[in-house]
Amino acid sequence: MGGGAILRYSLHRLAILLVVVFFLFPIFWIALMSLQTNESILRIPPSMVFTPIFDNYQALITGKLITQAGSLDLPFMKNLFNSFFLSAASVAVALILGVPAAYAFARFKFRLGENIAFTLLSFRFAPPLLVLLPLSLIYQTIGLDNSYVGLIWVYQLICLPLILWVVRSYFEDISPEIEHAYRIAGHNWGQSFLRIAIPLARPGIAAAGLLAFIFAWNNFVFALILASADKQPVTVGALAFVTASGIQYGQIAAAIILSILPTLLLALYAQRYLVEGLSLGAVKG
Amino acid sequence: MDYLSLNRISKSFGKEKLLDEVTLGVAQGENLVIFGPSGGGKTVLLRMIAGVETVTQGSIEVGGRDITFDPPEARGIGVALQNFALFPHMTAFDNIAAPLAARKKSQSEITDAVQKIAKLLKIAQVLHHFPKQLSNGQKQRTALARALVARPPLLLLDDPLRNVDAKLRFEMRLELPRLLREAGATVIYVTQDYREALALGDRIAILMGGKLLQIGTPRDIYEQPASIKVAQLFGDPTINIFDVTQAVRENGQDVHLTLGGGVIPLAGATAKAVRQAAHAGKKLWLGIRPEAIDFVWPGEGPGQGTGEGSGQGPGQGTNQIAHKNAVVIAAKLEAVNPLNERHVSFLTTQEGHDILCSRPADEGGDPNQLAEAAKGQVKLQFSPDKILVFGGDDGEIMAHHDDAAARDATGDATGGATRDAAMVTA
Repeated sequence: MGGGAILRYSLHRLAILLVVVFFLFPIFWIALMSLQTNESILRIPPSMVFTPIFDNYQALITGKLITQAGSLDLPFMKNLFNSFFLSAASVAVALILGVPAAYAFARFKFRLGENIAFTLLSFRFAPPLLVLLPLSLIYQTIGLDNSYVGLIWVYQLICLPLILWVVRSYFEDISPEIEHAYRIAGHNWGQSFLRIAIPLARPGIAAAGLLAFIFAWNNFVFALILASADKQPVTVGALAFVTASGIQYGQIAAAIILSILPTLLLALYAQRYLVEGLSLGAVKG
Repeated sequence: MDYLSLNRISKSFGKEKLLDEVTLGVAQGENLVIFGPSGGGKTVLLRMIAGVETVTQGSIEVGGRDITFDPPEARGIGVALQNFALFPHMTAFDNIAAPLAARKKSQSEITDAVQKIAKLLKIAQVLHHFPKQLSNGQKQRTALARALVARPPLLLLDDPLRNVDAKLRFEMRLELPRLLREAGATVIYVTQDYREALALGDRIAILMGGKLLQIGTPRDIYEQPASIKVAQLFGDPTINIFDVTQAVRENGQDVHLTLGGGVIPLAGATAKAVRQAAHAGKKLWLGIRPEAIDFVWPGEGPGQGTGEGSGQGPGQGTNQIAHKNAVVIAAKLEAVNPLNERHVSFLTTQEGHDILCSRPADEGGDPNQLAEAAKGQVKLQFSPDKILVFGGDDGEIMAHHDDAAARDATGDATGGATRDAAMVTA
């Protein structure tokens, strides 16, 4: 390796390092904050030198927030579970409904097909607040407010269009010839869908599922209006950190770290499906 | 009784008609090649038989059973598609095993059958590879193995050699007939390559513009094409076609065409048909294949007795022209293009027609020297048996070749006149 090559290599590495620092610094800073007291967080000038404490995590996990004003109940772990349950169930329902629908939209031309697909997409660009008022009234009437079923149903507004449109384009990229070949070999329509179409669209299904999970996890307004304390996800539960005695930055930071973890682990797991080549060179071209 | 019969099959997409009432019967064990230019409807027809394309009109029967509306999995047909369509997430083994798995065969049966066919097709060493790890040739063989492995009674091959390199195509063209014979199936083979069609087909069906133009043995189709369009599909260089509408001459019972100062006698049914067409004012075309034309080399000539098999003279042995009956025409040599084993000469007649003449390179002499000696003007000869006369706006053949007896009977009668005419122009 010549001198020029070494220089280029180093510059390349430096550029990557800068990008990584730029994107990861906020998370790193929050991780530091989660290990400090409110006083040490708010001191001026800020410093990276401090004695780490785990009080924040302890408060979140035990659910007891001790402040100068006294002890406060924090349902954070319950919120975390709610977030996880609501997001996972919503994505599961959206996948069960959305993947076959995406396949139908990709493969078959039927009456009003494009209109139906576009209507589903339009749910994504309707402002949530516009639908929330009538929705909450309807939910109260039919008794779906403050229920997991009701929330999962509303979360389909977030998950279903996303999964439908992303997976549809993946199905469209798979040559129908491959499925034809499988059917000619003697397998019926259902087998070709399950053993050819779905495995080949798996990177797309994984990507769409992951994105839908993140969007559902980050949702705030639907849960704020339609769920009360025991059904609230972390996004709404985080409001509790704004207490009478001030904003609990340490706990907020710890809560953020804890609530990032599930999506982060899921993303790491799903990554190998995301990078898997789509068509794997089946059809020449 | 045909094993596969297509009854007036049509296919339309909207207003566009891709296939127009195609009727075709294929006997059990026959190799039928469907041949034609791209866009002619070959692949659509094959896909309809396979069941992955709906039939707009008509019916398909296999072994006496109407399968027009059966789903593809119920037809039990082996198909190798042009783009291979291998399952990318399965190994070559699983790809080939798919038809057997669908037929609920036991694991050991599947393994045996796949190993056997893989050995036959020389892909046994790559069975554990995924399609993306296979070369094009191996992909093509895997697709072929998948089509063959379940021993289907009917096999559809959609231009399987299209996407492989020239060397492999050449090898497979030699190998395929043996493989197909061993498979013992009724085969429908789609191709755009006329050499493949001639090499593989028991019969050839010409499909062009959604219509079936001709069905016949390779020999029939090459020697007696139904129309100019069909004639032009076969042969490289393509057949010479001359407009001879104004060149019909009648002399009592005798009908002949003039070309380049030569006189081409017509016999039997062709003569009758040409006479009628000429009287009706129809267009007429003359077709001669480039390889049926030879130069008149020095030291020989029509009527000099080389037809008696005396053993001298160029072109002897491989040259089928009976020199004593040959038609001789004058032409100007424009260019000679050597093509490996053959040289193709480009000439023009005194009427301004272009003529291509294709001769084996080791036969006769150098056309350039011949032309130099004669100041560019050379003489060409061909047998009147080798001509094709087409008429009408569609250029259909005037009469199917009269039976040999009729030609023999008239051959002698016109022979003398031809020789005289030829002597005059020479």
